[in-house]
Amino acid sequence: MNQFFTVDVLTVTIASGIALATPFLLAALGETIGQRSGVINLGVDGIMLLAAFATYYTALKTGNLLLAVLAGAATGTVMGVVTALVSVTLKAEQGISGIGVYLFGLGFSALLFQKLVGTPLPIATLPPVGIPLLEGIPVIGGMFFRQSLLVYLAFLLVPVVSFVLNRTTYGLKIRAVGENPAAADSLGVSVARIRWSTLIIGSTFSGLAGASLLMYGGIFQVNLTQAEGFIAVALVYFGAWRPVGVMGGALLYGLVGVVILTWKSLGIIPLNASDLAATAPAVITVLALLFLARRFRQPAALGRPYEREG
Amino acid sequence: MHRHPDRKLALILPAVLVALVAASCGGSSTPAPASTAPSPSAAAAPSTAPSPSAAAAPSTAPSPSPAATTIKVALVAPSAVNDLAFTQSMVEALNSLKGKYNLEIAVSDNQFVVATAANVIQTYATQGFNLIIAHGSQYGSTIQQLAPKFPNVSFAWGTAGSTYDLPNVFAYQVNSNEGGYVQGAMAAMLSKSKVLGVIGPIAVGDAKLYVDGFCAGAKSVASSISCIPVYTGSFSDVSLMSAAATTFVANKADVLTGTAQAVVGAIGVAKTNNLPWFGTQWTQVSLAQSNVVSSQVYDWSPIVGEILTDIQGGKLGGTTFTATLANGGAKIDFNPGFNLPAEVKAKADSLIKGITDGSVKVPQ
Repeated sequence: MNQFFTVDVLTVTIASGIALATPFLLAALGETIGQRSGVINLGVDGIMLLAAFATYYTALKTGNLLLAVLAGAATGTVMGVVTALVSVTLKAEQGISGIGVYLFGLGFSALLFQKLVGTPLPIATLPPVGIPLLEGIPVIGGMFFRQSLLVYLAFLLVPVVSFVLNRTTYGLKIRAVGENPAAADSLGVSVARIRWSTLIIGSTFSGLAGASLLMYGGIFQVNLTQAEGFIAVALVYFGAWRPVGVMGGALLYGLVGVVILTWKSLGIIPLNASDLAATAPAVITVLALLFLARRFRQPAALGRPYEREG
Repeated sequence: MHRHPDRKLALILPAVLVALVAASCGGSSTPAPASTAPSPSAAAAPSTAPSPSAAAAPSTAPSPSPAATTIKVALVAPSAVNDLAFTQSMVEALNSLKGKYNLEIAVSDNQFVVATAANVIQTYATQGFNLIIAHGSQYGSTIQQLAPKFPNVSFAWGTAGSTYDLPNVFAYQVNSNEGGYVQGAMAAMLSKSKVLGVIGPIAVGDAKLYVDGFCAGAKSVASSISCIPVYTGSFSDVSLMSAAATTFVANKADVLTGTAQAVVGAIGVAKTNNLPWFGTQWTQVSLAQSNVVSSQVYDWSPIVGEILTDIQGGKLGGTTFTATLANGGAKIDFNPGFNLPAEVKAKADSLIKGITDGSVKVPQ
């Protein structure tokens, strides 16, 4: 265990954990915005897959990584429009329509990959960017301030989303629509418009999540996300619909995963316990969910399409 | 406001249908037996499926006649046909034998859900295929259950060593520890830090054999070298493989290897850090032309050729085949783009010769 508690190993472990947590954080933040307005989007994983492919294909063809990330985000935006149309305008059962979006993303991204790319080729990934002055701080600098731009963006979005939800008129409308859409409607708030906007914003975040996942590995593969989108939905419950809580869940999931890998590589976890240890991030997250999330109440109108009375 | 459920349903159903059709086209979540053989260039495109509804009727299949001019072969595999690893190795073997045995090939790839794969295998069995290759050890129990229901159909599955004593089941496996041993010895000679990064999916089958062989080979050259494998717990999680490789690099590993289709992420880490990479299952040079030292390539064509010859002779199973360096079922493919020191190449050649003639014993 002594090998683990060295500056070098701890620095890389925590830095990797933060990077690994980023796709979860982006997707879960987006889902939080949608759920606070009363819409649950189970299609996050499918949107991430489509966005990851769009990012990959754009990077492969143009070599422009910024354009690639924008393509991923734009794919999320388009899928947000589709999701909003089905869930809000057509008032479909949100769980079922979300699974439809997921299946579409899973299948269509695989189809595009096979037809347009064929044999996979790696792409360049976003390089780490050091923040002047801060990256020079011993130990902490290497852990937190030498990451890719998408990592910084994800963590900057936490206070931004928190501020918007809790300190702005738009955030008040989102919360009102999520808690009591009939009351919000009676006060002149367009429930449909608010929900359309939150789904589009949330799905754009999911698109960024797919882009960041793609940039982590530098290559696309069928079912690249490995259900990370569904874990992101669970992290919203873990974080009790609060951006800071969601960030805590994403960090826990990412860090535990990397710590387990590091312990395996150092021989701290014996080989015969290796497969069991691989389940640790999920087990710990579920346990934390059981103990923490019960204390908080979900948005009252979550998952319920809004029908105006009369 | 009055609701119009019928109208709403009419709007939603097409959307759901489109989603499901797209999902099935991707070949990832629904059975999609291809009706034509994937040529090397078109291997990435499993085509449309015959209806799997016939799977409900396990009727008798046409008996393969020794005089038949065409042998219908179906391949069911867990990952993509172009995975640069396990599945691609079998696709390429079938393509190489297509002309010689006049094969009609169908492929269902990305069948990582065993229950779905079982449905696909049963569908093929009802449709007159002479040989169904279940290319993954996870399909074993499915073959055990289905083979007795279709006594005129030949099944092959691997990598595994058991035919379940069934007369219509062939099994195939690979001594991947042999190539692992050779590559491990080379890795130890190339490593300056004497720390190797070894990444596997789950400690079973040919993955474990390769990893064990790699570390044994490394220790045969430098007994004190650090060769601690990390098993991520998943064959397909690219991110986790990337994270494992990053962790190894942080822990001073300066040569990396890995097995499973998800290693593409780890190869990216090797490329980013400009470290040597050793591949297995299929050649991985295209992923990192300056970093891949060599790859152990599975060549299933000799084994599949023997199986096809047996079928032509009326023998539908009962034999277990093992691919080795000696019989050409496994080969070390050196990357000419990597500047391999002469003494390392000489050591590799010497080990390959020794393993082939039996003078070098690779630990199991």
